[in-house]
Amino acid sequence: MVTSVTSLGRSGLYDWLLQRVSAVVLLAWFVCIGGTILGAPELTFVYWKSVFSGTAMRIFTLLALVSLFAHAWVGMWSVVTDYLTERMMGPRAVVLRLTVQVVCVIVLFSYVVWGVQILWGN
Amino acid sequence: MLRVSLYRYNPEVDDEPYMQDIEFDTGGKDLMVLDVLEMIKGDDPSLAFRRSCREGVCGSDGLNINGKNGLACITPLSEVVKKGALVVRPLPGLPVVRDLVVDMTLFYQQYEKVQPYLINNTPPPAIERLQSPEEREKLDGLYECILCACCSTSCPSFWWNPDRFIGPAGLLQAYRFLADSRDTATDERLARLDDPFSVFRCHGIQNCVAVCPKGLNPTRAIGHIRNMLLQRAT
Ligand code: SF4
Repeated sequence: MVTSVTSLGRSGLYDWLLQRVSAVVLLAWFVCIGGTILGAPELTFVYWKSVFSGTAMRIFTLLALVSLFAHAWVGMWSVVTDYLTERMMGPRAVVLRLTVQVVCVIVLFSYVVWGVQILWGN
Repeated sequence: MLRVSLYRYNPEVDDEPYMQDIEFDTGGKDLMVLDVLEMIKGDDPSLAFRRSCREGVCGSDGLNINGKNGLACITPLSEVVKKGALVVRPLPGLPVVRDLVVDMTLFYQQYEKVQPYLINNTPPPAIERLQSPEEREKLDGLYECILCACCSTSCPSFWWNPDRFIGPAGLLQAYRFLADSRDTATDERLARLDDPFSVFRCHGIQNCVAVCPKGLNPTRAIGHIRNMLLQRAT
């Protein structure tokens, strides 16, 4: 058993499952948005705003944003723990690895908050 | 004429590894890669490589041959040589002891982690623990592994985390004991595997399947382990 405190769910299975489920949500969301764009009579601001004014679409979009957070975090965490390791670059790796992890979380968290602002803003 | 290029490194005299080029006369025969190495060693006894059974049973002569891992003793030149060149390197990702000999400690440590032996503390029957033919069949494709390390050392996930990711060879054996009807430690075994590295560093690259000289499929075994973990936890 290899322990880790920085992975999203601390369990390999949990992270794995979350990444699969979030991938399905993201795929569904992009298909939905693609359909909306292709099916639009004319792509205007008014039309775009009306699409996102429905509660269902807002919930779906927020779900997609949260899925993006989880999906990207699990993915980036894997990349970082593959390449930015003591084995690859010596003892300074831990500083770099933690820094990149924190930056990733801040960026992803900002996306979610920013997305909420856009969805529920005027 | 065959242009043979060998990875050479003797830490006692060389500052760094180098490739040694040798013109080799095969006499028109389709030799095995191991035969070529043996003949070269006949002229230059300083060349170091492992070998034992020379028929694909012992698993000692796993090497990187023209970019692909395999057993030198059962790899004919006709299968690997392109444009008259044969490039032989040690298995990638493990520390080199000398020339084509690698230090397998990391590989064996991962193997040890999966407790590759039957665990059953119930009182043993008078003769032996029996299995039905169907139960025995589940071990096919698992027990044949000869621990040559061709698979694990071709796996990028194992290159980056050989100390934390068990690797295809170890996981194939983990499943061999999870699938064994005589083993009673299934739950403990699974509990030891449910972390982000041991099993889940497998991203399904399937290099292991492509190189296994025994035609085994570690990726499939890893999928079975994942399903068992999923069943146990959901
Ligand atoms: S699974 Fe195949 S390649 Fe891997 S160690 Fe066993 S025999 Fe060798």
